[in-house]
Amino acid sequence: MDFFNYWVVIALMMTGLYIVMAQQNLVKKLLGLNIFQTAIFILYISVAKVLGGTAPIYTESATLYSNPLPHVLILTAIVVGIATMALALALVVRIHGAYGSIEDDEIRDRSKQ
Amino acid sequence: MINHLPILQVVLPLLAAPACLIFVRARSIWLFTCLACLLTFGISVALFIHVSDVGPLSYEVGGWPAPWGIEYTIDSLSSYVLLLVSAIAAVVILAANSSLGPELPERQQPAFYVLFLLCLTGLLGIVATGDVFNVFVFLEVSSLATYALIALGRQRQALWAAYQYLIVGTIGASFFLVGIGFLYALTGTLNMSDLSERLVEVEQQQLLAVAFGFVVVGIALKMALLPLHGWLPNAYAFAPSIATTFLAASATKVSLYLFIRLYYGVFGAETVDALLPVSIVFLLLGIVAVLAASLVAFRQSDVKRMLAFSSIAQIGYMAVGIGVGSTLGLQASLLHLFNHAFIKGALFLAVASVVYRTGSSQIDAFRGLGYRMPWTMAGLVLASLSLIGVPLTAGFVSKWFLVLAAIESGLWVVVLIVLVGSFISLFYLWKIVELAYSKSDSEANTNEAPPLMLIALWVLVIANIYFGIDTRLTVGASASAAATLIEGAPW
Amino acid sequence: MIVTQALDVVLLLLLVMTAVAIARVKDLFATVMLSGIYGLLSASFFVLMDAVDVAFTEASVGAGIFPLLMLAVLSFVGRYEADSKRRVALPVFLLTLVSGAVLLLATTQMPAFGGEDTPAQQHVAVRYIEDSPQEIGIPNMVTSVLASYRGFDTLGEVLVIFTATIGVVVVLLGVVQPGKARSLPADEDMADHKVLRIVGKMLIPLILLFALYVQFHGDYGPGGGFQAGVIFATGIILYAMLFGLSNAQRVLPMPLLRGLTALGVMIYGSVGVAGLLAGGNFLDYSVLASDPVSGQHLGILLIELGVGVTVASSMVLIFYAFSLTTSSDGSVER
Repeated sequence: MDFFNYWVVIALMMTGLYIVMAQQNLVKKLLGLNIFQTAIFILYISVAKVLGGTAPIYTESATLYSNPLPHVLILTAIVVGIATMALALALVVRIHGAYGSIEDDEIRDRSKQ
Repeated sequence: MINHLPILQVVLPLLAAPACLIFVRARSIWLFTCLACLLTFGISVALFIHVSDVGPLSYEVGGWPAPWGIEYTIDSLSSYVLLLVSAIAAVVILAANSSLGPELPERQQPAFYVLFLLCLTGLLGIVATGDVFNVFVFLEVSSLATYALIALGRQRQALWAAYQYLIVGTIGASFFLVGIGFLYALTGTLNMSDLSERLVEVEQQQLLAVAFGFVVVGIALKMALLPLHGWLPNAYAFAPSIATTFLAASATKVSLYLFIRLYYGVFGAETVDALLPVSIVFLLLGIVAVLAASLVAFRQSDVKRMLAFSSIAQIGYMAVGIGVGSTLGLQASLLHLFNHAFIKGALFLAVASVVYRTGSSQIDAFRGLGYRMPWTMAGLVLASLSLIGVPLTAGFVSKWFLVLAAIESGLWVVVLIVLVGSFISLFYLWKIVELAYSKSDSEANTNEAPPLMLIALWVLVIANIYFGIDTRLTVGASASAAATLIEGAPW
Repeated sequence: MIVTQALDVVLLLLLVMTAVAIARVKDLFATVMLSGIYGLLSASFFVLMDAVDVAFTEASVGAGIFPLLMLAVLSFVGRYEADSKRRVALPVFLLTLVSGAVLLLATTQMPAFGGEDTPAQQHVAVRYIEDSPQEIGIPNMVTSVLASYRGFDTLGEVLVIFTATIGVVVVLLGVVQPGKARSLPADEDMADHKVLRIVGKMLIPLILLFALYVQFHGDYGPGGGFQAGVIFATGIILYAMLFGLSNAQRVLPMPLLRGLTALGVMIYGSVGVAGLLAGGNFLDYSVLASDPVSGQHLGILLIELGVGVTVASSMVLIFYAFSLTTSSDGSVER
């Protein structure tokens, strides 16, 4: 139980990486990248959690708080992630227009022509 | 004022980028960008002089002391790399206005300059900071700007190259993030100096190995260390020529800087090598990179791709320097980091001029250019001599140090590799030069390159010769940086 | 605590199942919906882990903006994934299995989940928790760290959004300099969907108001510039979808948005420079007012404003860029 969260992180990271490397569709690859990045968020947030604590917003009644630092880091990481996704999706749209396909192998073939 | 320079080094290009959009008219954006790059270079010179004379500068951003706030620390290594990156930016941007003319529709050019400034901001931010998460943020700033810059290339393959690099680059940055996540879980801090102190007390060796592994692989992806180099040839070949010039001379160098800073200064080379065979792996991968990439370069018909593979080989040399494992080896890597930027910058600028005049970077386009574009080709020849490592050029200095380091450690195979690699680069560069100076049928009426591009090219070429003869700056800075780092202190 | 741990296991297992489903399903529309579910599950997980600010952001991004952009892209590229002919899948599968196993063994050395005295909880975090309510004077510790202690990271984050927006706009549309707006394509709006329009008209003002609330209440509860910006953008995007892009552009034309995106970054940077000029370091808010805590409040208010402005205008601009692109734009010569 102590490590369940971290095992799930590893499982999700591997799933995400598998999708990115093995699947051909460009949009699918981005979904895999998204899964991979979210796994990293889960890692940081699990490190921050204190059992029996509460959200890191000061209240009179609380004595124990979860760690706010990883929260801040992941907020930034989520923003970076969506920014990257937006740019990647813009590229996919243009690639589709230029090559007529968004399958990796088809694009490689058409590239060589 | 001097004490605010560390942060201004990054804040100046950072604010110049959005200012371009709000305050500057489209026609003046190039001039504005040149001014911003020149000022940025000026700051880096001031920092370099201060650090050489007085010592490292530390800056608490936000007024909060480290490790609660983000700390900027400029020491001999950072000021050396900051100087390099800002110098390259200032020189390359001079040529940009001319070079972009035929390569980028006019209405897209303002975006190029904004993205250029953002890329510069990101790269400088990686070098100047002393906080590992801050590195990640600015790494992503420079990476996103780079993906967009590549996508501006003329051919449709530019979009494809940008997408591929985006996927690989994001995985690399994410690996880096995972690594520092584990390190945070083990130490509770993100500040580099603090980390280096606390890491020695960590008992969980396997997890530490995994954390180091993630960080090293992440950086290796951005550095294009073989076999993680797949993204580089396409990215360099299809980006606008000026973008390629800037990227080839700066982006991979900054990644290498990051590796050196973390491996030696924060983690401690012995600590890492006790857990993961990083030295040996870098030595082997570097050797393979030098040989394989140089051979592949020889077979390319597109000069940009040829130079891209040449870059992969040169990164191999830098990896070998680290793999040798001695202070002298590290110094050799640092020297080559600096010198190679000027070499590749000059080479790619020459190619940019050729593309400007002939519209092609295929090797056939070089036929007879030695007579029609004499200054450009002369610059290319001199830069090629530097790449090969002829004495009196910068390239010779770094290869010489690498050979010395290899002899000192008894690694004679490295000496052999350096010689073989130099020979192969001689052959592929000779292909270009021979074609350039061959008599051709004079149907073409290409003129010499525009003056600004020539000036930029020759500034870099003269730098190559200068740093080949007067090595005080490069050797001095790299020696002092190597000595500090080998001791294990981050600054 | 048992409940927390049980919910933890359930949510994480659901996440893994959703991820595997995304890997296997070939219908891209379905996978986008699944990733929306994935985002929502992640947000719920973050709430469970006391990361309320993060949950807020993940919900708006992972279950809001991300599926929205994905669906916009699917309308260009087609709904179904082609059947793969390459036989790469098996070696990659084995590789990930083996690496996964190695990593699983290593993670058993992690400090125990949820412990109070792990290194992560002991060192830097202590000051944030114990001292920030007095030093910065606001209850939300995440905002304190985000906006003040590590404010420079947040400036970098705003810069990332700005960079991506410029990138998206120039890749899709080709123009970045404020000038004449592009000619608009035939306008699609949902004139026939009366229910949507009426409900939309009622909801949109509330959405915008809620965005302002989140923006300014971020010191006291979950929220802040980023979340507020996304919510505000969502309101505008909803308007654009229901009433037509040209109407939306009359309210918020592209040149204005481009300027606003840059303005947010400049506001943020200017607060930093103001700190320099007032005698402190860059982004030091304590010197901005007569006493340090008021200075902190002022600084945080201004930079969160900068963040909100940039994020809102960027998200709307990105939406415009995707909407104005036509799918026949193959050649680079646009």
